[in-house]
Amino acid sequence: MSNTALLQIKDVHVEVEGKEVVKGVTLDIGKGEVHALMGKNGSGKSSLSNAIMGHPSYAITSGDVLLDGKSILEMAPDERSIAGLFLAFQYPQAVPGVTVANFLRSALLARRGDEKLMRTFRKELYAAMDALEVDHEFAGRYLNDGFSGGEKKRIEILQLSLLQPKLALLDETDSGLDIDALKTVSEGINRYSSDENGILLVTHYQRILDYVKPTKVHVMIAGKIVKSGGPEIALELEKSGYETFQSTPVTVGA
Amino acid sequence: MSEKPQGATVAPERQPVADPMIKGDDYAEKYGFHSPDAAKNYFLKGAKGLSHEVVENISRIKEEPQWMNDFRHKSLDIFLSKPMPNWGDTKLMGELDFQDIYYYIKPVEQSAQDDWNDVPDYIKNTFDKLGIPEAEQKFLGGVSAQFESEVVYHSMKKDLSDKGVIFLDMDEALKQYPDLVKQYFSTVIPPADNKFAALNSAVWSGGSFIYVPKGVDVGASPLQAYFRINAENMGQFERTLIIADEGARVHYIEGCTAPIWSSDSLHSAVVEVVGLKDSYIRYTTIQNWANNIYNLVTKRAIAKRNATVEWVDGNLGSKLTMKFPCVYLTEEHAKAEILSIAFAGTGQHQDAGAKVIHTAKNTSSRITSKSISKDKGIASYRGMVKVYKGAENSKVSVECDALLIGSEARSDTYPTMEIHEDNVKIEHEARVSKVSEEQLFYLTSRGISEDEARLLIVNGFIEPFTKELPMEYAVELNRLIELEMTGSVG
Repeated sequence: MSNTALLQIKDVHVEVEGKEVVKGVTLDIGKGEVHALMGKNGSGKSSLSNAIMGHPSYAITSGDVLLDGKSILEMAPDERSIAGLFLAFQYPQAVPGVTVANFLRSALLARRGDEKLMRTFRKELYAAMDALEVDHEFAGRYLNDGFSGGEKKRIEILQLSLLQPKLALLDETDSGLDIDALKTVSEGINRYSSDENGILLVTHYQRILDYVKPTKVHVMIAGKIVKSGGPEIALELEKSGYETFQSTPVTVGA
Repeated sequence: MSEKPQGATVAPERQPVADPMIKGDDYAEKYGFHSPDAAKNYFLKGAKGLSHEVVENISRIKEEPQWMNDFRHKSLDIFLSKPMPNWGDTKLMGELDFQDIYYYIKPVEQSAQDDWNDVPDYIKNTFDKLGIPEAEQKFLGGVSAQFESEVVYHSMKKDLSDKGVIFLDMDEALKQYPDLVKQYFSTVIPPADNKFAALNSAVWSGGSFIYVPKGVDVGASPLQAYFRINAENMGQFERTLIIADEGARVHYIEGCTAPIWSSDSLHSAVVEVVGLKDSYIRYTTIQNWANNIYNLVTKRAIAKRNATVEWVDGNLGSKLTMKFPCVYLTEEHAKAEILSIAFAGTGQHQDAGAKVIHTAKNTSSRITSKSISKDKGIASYRGMVKVYKGAENSKVSVECDALLIGSEARSDTYPTMEIHEDNVKIEHEARVSKVSEEQLFYLTSRGISEDEARLLIVNGFIEPFTKELPMEYAVELNRLIELEMTGSVG
């Protein structure tokens, strides 16, 4: 197995409050790949990304998730993060009283484990902010507290660029963005994207795929992937909607 | 509860006990230590219990004027005649045994030395360990250190004394400035105010006296007093009086700690603050009591025309704290700001709040109270705002926030508003929240451990308080919260 994918999702079932919302998803994401997971609200795509990150309300009842060939199911969310997983939240949480800078400092320190390695923190932070057109003033603001939808999404991508995970799950990062913000955020994602990492881009709409080019597209309906293929699938969706895929037999991706 | 405090039957040489489930090992190490040499070195240690004889002895040792001696005896009569409060945590109050307490311990013959080298080593080491001399050198304008019943060290920077600022321990002030003390002493809080004010008035010892002359600004060099209880079953009854004359500005900071003994001690202070016309007074308290301390304190200020009084009050530790800093706004444009936090862990009840009385036009007050209850801790907010008829155009804002950690934590709110004037602006907000699973998940998904994430959320919650503290204290407070947060979550 020299060709192990970065992230392997193996027949994963997810339950929320006793209800099965993901009903057997299998998906491999290799290095340098960008996978778009498309589906309507309630299709289970956000549940899948939350479960992979380890949200306590999203239980993986069967199947396995491997990062770099190792199962992460027994790991706590902070351990999954240190191992190289990242989730850009659809609804980032506000934490009043904790500044963006203080929060990012804690997150980076958890990885580097040494105060000495934090000497360049301010410089790194400001450079990342500049790239995403985030005002430096945000460093001193309380995390997501009173931020607009667009500001929250920029801060998510700011975290992505600073934490440099191996695999990024981007959960509806495009929702609630106007066209300028969408461009800036997409550029941020593209800057992060490299031959060494992978992205699972969870989205409702094709719009973001004009800016972030996927290598593969999967369509999810009612907890299952019903179709997988190249970027052309997204265009097909745009044209004829999710209904076209409703009756299509399940084809497993990769 | 009929259970008698254990301490009455055990030898006083015992080591303090640390209960890591409640306070964490670190408290024991950093604050909970006691000085084992103290017991054999005390200059004078009376017997346990309270009587007119005890009161007489305290007054005689201090060589007080007759009026103060009379005042003490009269106060004891008031104390004895008043029933215990029938509100608040009557169960915990009922466990307090007034005859099982030492009312006066004089640790050294010569009080209030102005050179640390003249303070006996066993006491000096205590304050060294608490970082007092270090803070003194760094940024304080003056320092007072009380050990048991007496202030053992006292000093003030020369530039402040040159400006006419008086900063003495209360006993010394009574000797040096008898008229000034008599003019204000007990005018803000009379002995009959409440049972514990009466008790303090009868047996008070130590505390600070501050007078800042007209127009003198010492706001940038805080004056600090540190109150340390060392003995078991100790009663500490310091008495503080601060007077800011017209246009004067002053910042006073007090800190308190005690070792962890298995039996209870009592801390019952009276603090009177007088802000004359155009003055500004900030009174900051960071108390970090061990969990066997009853902390029953009366704090009250009077703000005259265009004066501002701010209470910044941080309550950590203790078994039961009952403390409601108060401001009387008696002349136009007087302002009150009361900002408090309380942290209650298992075995603790923080009954804290604020009181503001508006008796004049165009006065304004703002109360911000934040409490954290963890595990089986109980935090109560008890607030009273009263606006008299004729106090037109007054503004009142009350905001209380409670944060619960664990499913058994409890928070109660008892806000009282008595508004007898129509032309006033009143705002009141109360919120109870929990450390949410969603917040924890968000922070931990970034690699931050769950404990640290919880600590970040709690420190964020009290940030509006922390940012009002001098930097050194803010850092220390965050560290104290960290100590409180270690250990089990229910």
